[in-house]
Amino acid sequence: MAEKENPQNEIDEISGVETTGHEWDGIRELNNPLPRWWLWTFYACIIWAIGYMIAYPAIPLIKGNTPGLLGYSSRADVAREIEAAKEGQVTFLDMISQSEVSDIIANDELARFARAGGQAAFKVNCSQCHGSGAQGSVGFPNLNDDEWIWGGSAQDIYLTIAHGVRYEEDFDTRFNEMPAFGAFGILSREEIQTVASYTAFLGGLEGGQDSEEGALIFENNCAACHGPGGLGEPALGAPPLNNAISLYAGNLESIVAQVNTPQHGVMPGWTEKLGDTVVKQLAVYVHSLGGGE
Amino acid sequence: MRNIGGTLVVGLGTFIAVLLAAFAQDNAFRLHMSVVALVLGLATIYMLRQIKFGPAPVEDKSGYMDGPIRVGSILTMFWGIIGFTVGVLIASQMAWPQLNLEPFLTFGRVRPLHTSAVVFAFGGTALITTSMYVVQRTSRARLFGGNLAWFVMWGYQLFIVMAATGYLLGITQSREYAEPEWYVDIWLTIVWVAYLVLFMGTLMKRKEPHIYVANWFYLAFIVTIAMLHIVNNLAMPVSFLGSKSYSLFAGVQDALTQWWYGHNAVGFFLTAGFLGMMYYFLPKQAERPVYSYRLSIIHFWALIFLYIWAGPHHLLYTALPDWAQTLGMVFSIMLWMPSWGGMINGLMTLSGAWDKMRSDPIIRMMVISVAFYGMSTFEGPVMAIKAVNGLSHYTDWTIGHVHSGALGWVGMISFGALYFMVPRLWNRSGLYSQRMVNWHFWLATLGIVIYASVMWVSGITQGLMWREYDAQGFLVYSFAETVAAMKPYYIIRVLGGSLYLIGGLIMAYNLTMTILGHRRDERPIPGNVAANVQPAE
Repeated sequence: MAEKENPQNEIDEISGVETTGHEWDGIRELNNPLPRWWLWTFYACIIWAIGYMIAYPAIPLIKGNTPGLLGYSSRADVAREIEAAKEGQVTFLDMISQSEVSDIIANDELARFARAGGQAAFKVNCSQCHGSGAQGSVGFPNLNDDEWIWGGSAQDIYLTIAHGVRYEEDFDTRFNEMPAFGAFGILSREEIQTVASYTAFLGGLEGGQDSEEGALIFENNCAACHGPGGLGEPALGAPPLNNAISLYAGNLESIVAQVNTPQHGVMPGWTEKLGDTVVKQLAVYVHSLGGGE
Repeated sequence: MRNIGGTLVVGLGTFIAVLLAAFAQDNAFRLHMSVVALVLGLATIYMLRQIKFGPAPVEDKSGYMDGPIRVGSILTMFWGIIGFTVGVLIASQMAWPQLNLEPFLTFGRVRPLHTSAVVFAFGGTALITTSMYVVQRTSRARLFGGNLAWFVMWGYQLFIVMAATGYLLGITQSREYAEPEWYVDIWLTIVWVAYLVLFMGTLMKRKEPHIYVANWFYLAFIVTIAMLHIVNNLAMPVSFLGSKSYSLFAGVQDALTQWWYGHNAVGFFLTAGFLGMMYYFLPKQAERPVYSYRLSIIHFWALIFLYIWAGPHHLLYTALPDWAQTLGMVFSIMLWMPSWGGMINGLMTLSGAWDKMRSDPIIRMMVISVAFYGMSTFEGPVMAIKAVNGLSHYTDWTIGHVHSGALGWVGMISFGALYFMVPRLWNRSGLYSQRMVNWHFWLATLGIVIYASVMWVSGITQGLMWREYDAQGFLVYSFAETVAAMKPYYIIRVLGGSLYLIGGLIMAYNLTMTILGHRRDERPIPGNVAANVQPAE
């Protein structure tokens, strides 16, 4: 540095260090050397970087790149980890894939594994609609209670998850369609009001009213699927109406709406996406939530 | 007749915007051009009213050109408050999703508004303003090009308005920190080239033999941002009268270009530019020489050489080839010391003046700024290490890191520069209140500490929850459960951000009163001799 040898440069009084002799708007610069620790740490980082580049894939070439001494590849790393994870589970997974759902539940150790796997899969795939505690919400059934639209046995639950509900891409899907009693003109507006309050009465809901006329309309139009007195019929996917559990809002207004122009919810079948083994685990998990029959 | 040329240009701009709106191919473009026409139209009316007929008085062109700098100082304050307010809004939206008011105030639209408002509106205006202030004084030369400085200042503001209104209208090219669509990008390119000409021109007519270090940093910032902006925004518009365009890049090349840009926007906008600011205002306020000329040279070149390669660390464990990930990581590690060179030079400049930490709240602000700079430039390389990144990536840790840099370093050094410049620009004997600066300092510092620490906690919690497996090899938490776990931290974050905003409001009041020429009747801070500044020469 030329400035350093220039004896005319001013010395800063406070630090006793020579300045570089320049001044910009009153700012001067001291001619301090680079701090040693700074310089050596900088060198150390550079040396480490070079070492790392020798050890790992680093330099792009015309075709491909330098592989690095360690032969590292992030894709191979992931494949290895997945392989290891599978290996740890392979015994149980094989057993699950070869067993019926009811047999899995009968085997305590296997059931514990299947529940854990089912819970993990539920959180990722099912909780968006059914809630993270499987508590359901309007239009999406609660899976903790005793009421099952399509049956609550382990096998029923398995079939529902595997093939979905009104899932057009699966030929074996659960399917039904309640007629639109109002929109199709099967029942008049007054009749719908009457049967809806009778239904609310059966379920013990607010606004429910027992009436002979209501009972008669129910008998003629609803009981065929929902059963006498609204007992429900899982084989047809017709939910019980004789309790306060409801798929929709559970008040008089929503019953009127449903009788008039029913909503028909859809659940996809999961076998294609998750595979049969995971679907079985899901069935075991949902069955274990408390309402399984 | 004065001011007629500029008025004609703005009037013509209004006319073009009206034409573009009339022939627009899609509604978003029509709305956006209508907004531009409205803004330019109002500007034209204002400028018409300013036209004076009669002989123009001779303008004194011997001194520094401070008009655009005064405007820029006020705008910096203004955009700061806007940016912080929007930040508090989106932080609240994270805690209370009901605050997403459709369609204009949903998180997806307001978030880029926040990032652009603080980085480009507040930070960018602060950089342009201070660079104009610094380059004149350290070159002893008036700004080059006559009214060019006014064009740069107002042209940049038009860019900000176009960007901000575009986000709210849902116009975006979905590139982080580069959301504005093609036509806004072209406008920014024009303004930026004018800025380069303005800065270079002023440097070339300097009366000092050497270029001061602050100006190296400013120049590196201007040149590199031009390059990054142009390459990253290369795109083909669907129609020259429409708002949509498609990037020239696709797939992982697109991602890498974006993060090459995104990372160096941090490197050259938020680091190099603000280092330029520090290298002038810190020694001026401390009244001490810069610690080491040699360190400034070495760390400057090391910083700008190494920074540009570190972008791939934003894409670790993605489809990016392993070799590029390795390079992104090792360059980030090598960047650690060059970054710290700026911190050392800043802090050591205070040797011999450390007592001012007790008595001068502006020095205190600058020192905490440099300290946060040091902390985040250490945290950055750590987070670029693949093993750490595997935990921190996609979590709130990143948000915390960005904010300790943005609120701590960028914000505080800009506040310090404003407190320094404003009394001098308006020839006031001192700030309205030194004690209010102190309040601002403590509120902002407390806000940052709260913000950064809750984001560490929430980010690490989030990262650990995402990767938690049970003994049988199954995921333990659903994504929704990890979101629910963040709620308390998000609420505390709102508190941290609000404290920072309140500090900003105190600053705005303090500086406004200073500009109006008031002086608060208050007990002086013991030992504070810097309260009285010399009027600008």
